Amino acid sequence: MSKGTLYDKVWDRHTVTELPTGQTQLFVGLHLIHEVTSPQAFGMLEERDMAVAYPELTHATVDHIVPTADQSRPYADDAAERMMAELEENVHDAGIEFSDPTSGNQGIVHVIGPEQGLTQPGKTIVCGDSHTSTHGAFGALAFGIGTSQIRDVLATGTIAMEKKDVRKIEVTGELPDGVGAKDVILEIIRRLGTDGGVGYVYEYAGEAIENLDMEGRMSICNMSIEGGARAGYVNPDETTFEWLRDTEYFQNNPETFDELLPYWESVASDDDAEYDDVVTIDGSELEPVVTWGTTPGQGVGVTEPIPAPEDLPADKADTARRAQEHMRVEPGETMDGYPIDVAFLGSCTNARLPDLRRAARVVEGREVHPDVRAMVVPGSQRVARAAEAEGLREVFEAAGFDWRNAGCSMCLGMNEDQLEGDEACASSSNRNFVGRQGSKDGRTVLMNPRMVAAAAVEGEVTDVREVENTEVVVDD
Amino acid sequence: MTDGPAETVEHVSGSGIPVRGNDIDTDQIIPARFMKVVTFDGLGQFSFFDQRFDDDDNEKDHPMNEDRFRDASVMVVNANFGCGSSREHAPQALVRWGIDAIVGESFAEIFAGNCLALGVPTVTADAETVETIQDWVDDNPDGDVDVDVAAETVTYGDTTVDVTVDDAQRKALVEGVWDTTALMKANAEAVAETAASLPYVDTA
Repeated sequence: MSKGTLYDKVWDRHTVTELPTGQTQLFVGLHLIHEVTSPQAFGMLEERDMAVAYPELTHATVDHIVPTADQSRPYADDAAERMMAELEENVHDAGIEFSDPTSGNQGIVHVIGPEQGLTQPGKTIVCGDSHTSTHGAFGALAFGIGTSQIRDVLATGTIAMEKKDVRKIEVTGELPDGVGAKDVILEIIRRLGTDGGVGYVYEYAGEAIENLDMEGRMSICNMSIEGGARAGYVNPDETTFEWLRDTEYFQNNPETFDELLPYWESVASDDDAEYDDVVTIDGSELEPVVTWGTTPGQGVGVTEPIPAPEDLPADKADTARRAQEHMRVEPGETMDGYPIDVAFLGSCTNARLPDLRRAARVVEGREVHPDVRAMVVPGSQRVARAAEAEGLREVFEAAGFDWRNAGCSMCLGMNEDQLEGDEACASSSNRNFVGRQGSKDGRTVLMNPRMVAAAAVEGEVTDVREVENTEVVVDD
Repeated sequence: MTDGPAETVEHVSGSGIPVRGNDIDTDQIIPARFMKVVTFDGLGQFSFFDQRFDDDDNEKDHPMNEDRFRDASVMVVNANFGCGSSREHAPQALVRWGIDAIVGESFAEIFAGNCLALGVPTVTADAETVETIQDWVDDNPDGDVDVDVAAETVTYGDTTVDVTVDDAQRKALVEGVWDTTALMKANAEAVAETAASLPYVDTA
């Protein structure tokens, strides 16, 4: 049993009582809701004649179904319009703040929480979305829940949970040039497996993690769930506090910042904290990682050969065989050179300002390959405005990228942004499941945002380190 | 069944259906395009839709398309079943198709939690045991598989094997306290005290 970790401390501070099931009733400090998983929960409340217990600790946005091109109401898609209308009614009736598209604050739920200062160290944060683990980057205890649990949280402000073990994942050394946070998490999942984290909360630590900016830490925590861990976190430090201090919210409320800082500092894992498991990864040995298969654990260094199914552990071989058939890749080949049709730069994993900046640097002065349709979907309206203000939109558009409005978009194909037929997509998102991007024959290759930019330009999966070393020749 | 006071679920009995493969994610169980709804009604028909039908809606090879499994209520799966998205639409779809219990090698956490919220046990056994049950169900599609939650066993034909049921899940199901809303609502005063003790909750 772990002791003295951030997880233990935050858990203890939020424990209400023990339930007859042996589960802990845990207080929820921030409940984020969106249009896909919450309407049924509001319906259940209504049937039981219950009200929302803590509307002031609840915040809504619309992201999954929101169109990223034409957002005029009613939406062209009737189903999307119905879901939006239902959410509007629910938040209005309950008195829940709603970052809707007219507010200028709308965006993917895991992008807007942090940028609005809602996400803070030492909070318990839940949302009906598995990528809620993202918020752990701030030292919050954050995890995804199902709709019946949303009902619980709406009705009681609490959730029934069992305590998990804590695994510390220490990424040592300095990441080489061209290797980013996304590569680190893809490598972690590749090594520990898509179910390696079941029963665990992941604590990401070590020099390579500490040196990451907050956006990088969010990318890593975001994909904890792809490794089976429902929650992952990074201990809050100066980087965390600086980032929060710079948010508009704390700029306007500096006294709140000063009041909360001691609590934030107090929740970090103690130096002598005890863990249930410790894993060490040498960050200095990593290279850009891309997926060759149909689970996020099926990754490989961009210059490494794709493994043969028979060389994998017996329980992975069958899945690998089917994945390679679907992706049409052969063992022994590298992913470098895999032709792509679509480049998607977006999602709650990698659609924040630094992600777009890094990708723009690769794209600048180059052109999207003629056979590729490429799109940038900023994570939020705030990200979009900031990116536009520093000229990133122009860079992308000049290269031939489509610049869209904020939303989940092609990460999961619930709006009009979808793969067609067997298109292959270089994607900065988090899941390469069959059918994930809207077409059951579609092929998704996960990679970091700079690699997506490189793939867009070259028309195939490309080692971004090579592209960056090639001088851009500007035509006059 | 989610809308009233919880019943006890001590055991589930019925014919089985094997759905084979590791890492079956919730996008496969219910593709996202079927989630553009504001209720869970009618989701059953879309369970495993893209595995069951081709582009022209012709049936593909899938156990859920086979008549012999149509009345099944116990699904037998392999490792890391239900990984990926937190969508409760996945177990809701399976329940509406007719599933009342799932036996597997392992389950993703959010999926298992969502099943519990619906009173659906997710019991686990080692890979070999699970495969043996899958084979038996394949050969005996009309045979009963009895999942005894309280005793932590699964019985098929003349064979009874030990399985694991997570402690909290077992208590919740056997004692009928798996619907946690009312249970937790009763502690509202203690909840308010916890809230007041947290520096970031404004209780003024």
